[in-house]
Amino acid sequence: MAKFLKNRELLLVGAIAVLLALITWRFPPFVAPANLARVYNDTSILIILALGQMAVILTRCIDLSMAANLALSGMVAAMLNAAFPGLPIPLIMLAAIALGALLGMINGALVWKLDIPPIVVTLGTLTIYRGLIFLLTDGKWINAHQMSDAFKALPRDALFGFPVLSWLSLVMIGLVFLLMNRTALGRAFYAVGGNPHAAVYTGIDVGRTRFSAYCLSGALAGLSGYLWVSRYAVAYVDIAAGFELDIIAACVIGGISIAGGIGTVAGAVLGALFLGVIKNALPVINISPFAQMAISGTVIIIAVAVNARAERRKGRVILRKAEAV
Amino acid sequence: MLQDTLTSRMKPAIALEGISKSFPGVKALSDVSLSLYPGSVTALIGENGAGKSTLVKILTGIYQPDGGTIRVAEQEVHFPTALAAARAGVTAIHQETVLFDELSVAENIFLGHAPRNRFGLIDWKKLNTDARALLARAGADLDPTIRLRDLGIAKKHLVAIARALSVDAQVVIMDEPTAALSHKEIHELYALVERLKADGKAILFISHKFDEIFRIADRYTVFRDGTMVDEGLIADVSQDELVRLMVGRAVGSVYPKKEVVIGAPVLTVSGYRHPTEFEDINFELRRGEILGFYGLVGAGRSEFMQSLIGVTRPSAGAVRLDGEVLVIRSPSEAIRSGIVYVPEERGRQGAIIGLPIFQNVTLPSLSRTSRSGFLKLANEFALAREYTARLDLRAASLDQDVGTLSGGNQQKVVIAKWLATKPKVIILDEPTKGIDIGSKAAVHAFMSELAAQGLSVIMVSSEIPEIMGMSDRVIVMREGRIAGRFERADLTAEKLVRAAAGIQEAA
Amino acid sequence: MAETHLAPRHIPDRLEGRGARLLRSWESLLFVVACLIFLGNSLASPYFLDPWNLSDATFNFTEKAMIAFAMALVIISGEIDLSVASIIALASTAMGYAVQLGFDTPALVAIGLSVGLICGAVNGLLITGLGLPSIVVTIGTMSLFRGLSFIILGDQAFTGYPGSFSWFGQGYVWWVFSFEFTLFVILAIVYGIVLHKTNFGRAVYAIGNNQTAALFSGIRVARIKFILFLLTGLMAGLASICLTSRLGSTRPSIALGWELEVVTMVVLGGVNILGGSGTIPGVVLAALIMGMVTFGFGLLNVPGIVMSIFIGLLLISVIALPILWRRARRRLAH
Repeated sequence: MAKFLKNRELLLVGAIAVLLALITWRFPPFVAPANLARVYNDTSILIILALGQMAVILTRCIDLSMAANLALSGMVAAMLNAAFPGLPIPLIMLAAIALGALLGMINGALVWKLDIPPIVVTLGTLTIYRGLIFLLTDGKWINAHQMSDAFKALPRDALFGFPVLSWLSLVMIGLVFLLMNRTALGRAFYAVGGNPHAAVYTGIDVGRTRFSAYCLSGALAGLSGYLWVSRYAVAYVDIAAGFELDIIAACVIGGISIAGGIGTVAGAVLGALFLGVIKNALPVINISPFAQMAISGTVIIIAVAVNARAERRKGRVILRKAEAV
Repeated sequence: MLQDTLTSRMKPAIALEGISKSFPGVKALSDVSLSLYPGSVTALIGENGAGKSTLVKILTGIYQPDGGTIRVAEQEVHFPTALAAARAGVTAIHQETVLFDELSVAENIFLGHAPRNRFGLIDWKKLNTDARALLARAGADLDPTIRLRDLGIAKKHLVAIARALSVDAQVVIMDEPTAALSHKEIHELYALVERLKADGKAILFISHKFDEIFRIADRYTVFRDGTMVDEGLIADVSQDELVRLMVGRAVGSVYPKKEVVIGAPVLTVSGYRHPTEFEDINFELRRGEILGFYGLVGAGRSEFMQSLIGVTRPSAGAVRLDGEVLVIRSPSEAIRSGIVYVPEERGRQGAIIGLPIFQNVTLPSLSRTSRSGFLKLANEFALAREYTARLDLRAASLDQDVGTLSGGNQQKVVIAKWLATKPKVIILDEPTKGIDIGSKAAVHAFMSELAAQGLSVIMVSSEIPEIMGMSDRVIVMREGRIAGRFERADLTAEKLVRAAAGIQEAA
Repeated sequence: MAETHLAPRHIPDRLEGRGARLLRSWESLLFVVACLIFLGNSLASPYFLDPWNLSDATFNFTEKAMIAFAMALVIISGEIDLSVASIIALASTAMGYAVQLGFDTPALVAIGLSVGLICGAVNGLLITGLGLPSIVVTIGTMSLFRGLSFIILGDQAFTGYPGSFSWFGQGYVWWVFSFEFTLFVILAIVYGIVLHKTNFGRAVYAIGNNQTAALFSGIRVARIKFILFLLTGLMAGLASICLTSRLGSTRPSIALGWELEVVTMVVLGGVNILGGSGTIPGVVLAALIMGMVTFGFGLLNVPGIVMSIFIGLLLISVIALPILWRRARRRLAH
């Protein structure tokens, strides 16, 4: 039991199971496979974003600009589509990813080359990126009728019975899992956040690694930008406003330590799903959807308290007999 | 003699020539040369602040020298980064092991050069198998998949050694590797050094313990004040000579210990214990006395002192000051009752380097210099002037940030800060660690004067000359317990070392 | 060691006068910027120099600045409080709820301030009591506090505040000096004295520079941090009273995003986001600059969001420029 409690991911699976059980008690159809698949699909974008945020937080940084990046990349994707309806969708998607990565690079470069604290950099770029949307559009919306059918259809198209959006998020989970666990860069994220001083001795360039993390979070925000705009078939200045906090919440709930170096892909995904389940369950069990915010706030506080307990360092053990125990 | 002819014919694995390095205000190394030979252990000896750690950082690519050359296998090389040094086969094992607590043992060994499969992805299976083999070679029976934070400091050292083996390093730097190890672990480490030697590695062994230097080193190099003062074969040198070379003067003559009439007990500690750090601490401290606390690094001395002033809570124990029972729950209560602690880690616990000198000095005494909570700068400057003058501080102005001072002058500010509270008992934890000889002498002289004025002093130190030169009595701690008590009259270095290391007195 | 150890040498208290130091300070630069913006605004628009227009302009920043003073102390101590805007929302909601129950102005003020204090105490307890990182805790309470407003209000709004309540946001103390502006000036003086002239302020700097050393020096770190979070809560409560009174209604989205503007104001004022340094005069100047820029852009019909780009760029460049400047100087020195 103690060991079970120590494993953050299992604990989170348990928490989600309890949550689902409670919901089922009030509203049994919620756990129907088709509904669960719908909930997953609805959470897909949050999952993709949480993966990027995780990489950044692992390196002891934070990216508050992800939602603004998403909105700007999404808007540019929508404008491209509106201006050149013939442009192939994969190309638009690539453009959104590239733009997102570029915006991430700006964050990363400011953190790396100028040593500005990450929270200040992304606080600044958060307002700049969103402001740029306004400059681009003059505040005008791009509505469903201005987008091509293919543009809007892609995330919804079914592939083997599931929407492309769900598949895309699964692919991203797989890719980020490989990156985190099977590549030198992924392990460098952990090393830089866990002990930047030792990372230098190991020959890891701390600044460059952080830069890479921001590129990743930017690229994933760019991809999410296209997905968001096409899924909801509308683009305007304020899309996903405040969503950066949901992304961070998903990571914190998923056991990713804000102090860096600790966290897993499974944790980020589960943290996002936890929020997704709550969001989708509230209306069906007759709790006002307005309660969602307070609930996620409470969950963040509980999660950070639980994480802190798990991370608390044991005092130095000097007495032999204490070591034996 | 055979050894000598051997090494003189052998080519050095790495050779430093004319290395210099300066930092703002300090010349850390000047014109230093050092050669390390394959299959040979070179002991690097020097006091704290002699430039040893700067040399290690240059060898491992953390610092770049201002001048001089480094040759590996007779080729001139540059180590612009740590990675470059590692690629050239130079690796270091540090006293405070610099590894990653949250990663597995195997990954700590292979971080940066993990085995890949044919898709270029990290091959965890091979990584764990290889790690197991390397750990076996290092003499460690460890599960490579457990997290490093679950290991003790000795096991972490073994992981660091396995890491050195994994990069096939030709030059292995061991920076006080036995400082935190138990007796048994130390012997295991010696065996490992022998194995590395047999493998033809060139080893630089940094240590303060003469017994181990004579036991495992083949050659020695002595540093003093950033210069290399002597080198040669261990077989040709005596311990006394090494000490003389290191200190640059005969031990004993330089300590300005004043004869003081020791008064009544001031501080009495009885039955002090903590669940994991120390137990059974009982002692008395008298007026005008300097009580030395000796022990190896990690013997629990600092932990006990910090508990005494309320940073951590003991599980049991009583403290009496002038006969009154005291309950100290925080440093502020300790200061108010007249017990102050000058911590060991100057940068982290002692000085506030971003604030000016006068604000550092007055911080614990603000209630005296201020009026009803409002600052009185004139009083603050007066207090700061008085105490910095008594410690012979060298600074441009009292408004200067402490961070701009040299280590020795920072230490004077830190000591001034706690003295300004007018304590009855002052605990100095490694008061001269890492400061230059001039400042060291000033601190010692001042300590003597304080005791002569009737202050009671506890001095925690790991330097035998300092302990022997300054203390009226010495308590030795080992593994969280008191392992010996000695009066000044019957102090010998050998007794201290034996008590600290837990070696029985020879019959 | 050529130094002699004879008589201790005399160390002067200060090498340069306070005036010289002031001239080279961040605050003087801000002052020049503020003057330039003032000049620019008065040239760009003939309406700017009208006293009543200027008085109107102060409403752009007074409420945020009240919080910024307390936030400056929190950030100097090495922490952060991102929940301030949500405290405004919750305090405003509580006051609106009390109006429905028939409470009058004095009770409303008491409720607004108490809710602020309680929220601050919650933050303070979680951060100092449990030792949790303030950035995550206050992201959590930011959701929680505003979330509670949403639960109470949903998409509704509270209105019907008593007439006497409107004085806090709309009333004038004398001539063009509004209650809010007067409060801003008083609070600036109070916070300036607390931070720069008291033991408490000195302790805040010590904690932000080196928390461990401060603790070892007998500073009661946890207690002081707790008080700082109480203060930001109280200031948010006060700002909530002013804002609610000015708007005359409460929606759960009230003051949305203000936490970022407050932090920007503090950082622009020269407070190091990593803690340890910063001044209240700097924050006052930053508040004036941000207020004038907003108002000036408003007169020129520049939309608010463009203004926010400007603030974002300002935030990054005020931190980047000194770094680049130092580097350039070092390169020249070599």
